[in-house]
Amino acid sequence: MKTLFKLITVCTVVLLGYGFCQAMYIAPKEATMGDVQRIFYYHLPSAWIAFLLFFVNFLASIWYLIRRSKGADALALASAEVGVMFCTIVLITGPLWARPVWGIWWTWDARLTSTLVLWLIYVSYLVLRHYAVGGQIPVLASALAIFGFLDVPIVYMAIRWFRTQHPQPVIGGGEGSGLAPAMWVAVLWNLAAFMLLAGQYIWVRYRQALTTYDLEEAHAHASLHEEPGGAR
Amino acid sequence: MSTVPGLWNITRRSLAKDLRLEWRSKDAINSMLFFALLVVVIFSFGFDPTAEESRRIAGGLLWVAILFATVVALNQTWTRELRNQVLDAYRLSPAPAQALFLSKTLGNFLFVTILELLMVPLFVVFYNLRSVGPVWQLLVVGVLATWALVVNGTFFAALSIRTRSREIMLPLILFPISIPALLAMVDATTAILTGENSPFFWIRLLAVYDLVFTSVCFVLFEMVLNAE
Repeated sequence: MKTLFKLITVCTVVLLGYGFCQAMYIAPKEATMGDVQRIFYYHLPSAWIAFLLFFVNFLASIWYLIRRSKGADALALASAEVGVMFCTIVLITGPLWARPVWGIWWTWDARLTSTLVLWLIYVSYLVLRHYAVGGQIPVLASALAIFGFLDVPIVYMAIRWFRTQHPQPVIGGGEGSGLAPAMWVAVLWNLAAFMLLAGQYIWVRYRQALTTYDLEEAHAHASLHEEPGGAR
Repeated sequence: MSTVPGLWNITRRSLAKDLRLEWRSKDAINSMLFFALLVVVIFSFGFDPTAEESRRIAGGLLWVAILFATVVALNQTWTRELRNQVLDAYRLSPAPAQALFLSKTLGNFLFVTILELLMVPLFVVFYNLRSVGPVWQLLVVGVLATWALVVNGTFFAALSIRTRSREIMLPLILFPISIPALLAMVDATTAILTGENSPFFWIRLLAVYDLVFTSVCFVLFEMVLNAE
């Protein structure tokens, strides 16, 4: 297990480095936006991974409610945490890119707004996990996860309509109608590197969550076997 | 699973008990009403709109005020049952959990409806409101929107009483999920008040939201009630 983990760590670091080279030096300079467009190679993979992880969180939560397995709950926790982290990266790199290109930090455009709402929902999930007490955390959290995930399509529909009703201040940039093949190479390398990184974070958090479970159980057992009244 | 008449019977009794308790103590409704009044007054100090402007912003102000006041009422929904371990007694009883949830939701729906009936005239007076669009549409929006706030709110209040610092927990989990509903109720109200757009997309969205989350609440409530 440990050697495998170290091996994957090495792979991740190498891939991240290679992805960086691809994004910064090898990928062609974008015609209109210039070098600032290179932030895209971090923006897009982070967004995809965040959405993927929120989906994993949804599946793990359902699985927990059906099977009540500790592993499913640990996975739900890990995927939500890492998903929020990647979603945060998206929300930070987005404005950094938008400022020089669109001239504004933020616009209430459909995709931006839905990502922000998604982030809010999953932060509230983590807050609930933090404040809930005892063995009921997984059930409460799973229920909220299901609510959150079902909310996503409704949010998207609402916000798209909201935006088409109002004048659009800035027409969304993004990759537009297509991406140069050389750019795709950089996207895919970075996606692979970030996937590996996300997988690794999840692995660590998953193991930690399981260890916490075992510790709590051990404490509970210990207190059962303790002499009543402590020191006589 | 019990039969529907059984479910309805228990719901009715539980609702009657809640209403009687509320009628005698007036805990929830008084604090909610006063809170809402404060919000309205403070808002009208904060904004000083003309009649034209107030049509545009009243939808947002009204629903935000109602949302805050609703949280005040929702927080008291389940705390009452914690005293004397009433909630534990519910868990042990063979009564279906859905009946308990339904009665609490209906109770809250009633409280918030009363609140709205008292607050809307205040808004009309303070902001010189006159609707351009048909008023009956506002009633439809009102019912759907109130249900949207109350059904999820009652469910999440049951979640948040299990946490430390429960009073603050409820808005933290309720608001993010309610964003699309809030957007829909505000925009539908504004559309009707100004008479510029059709509110029907938003009304449909609210209906879908209500349908989806009412079903989810019903499916998951038993699990949450018995979470240990």
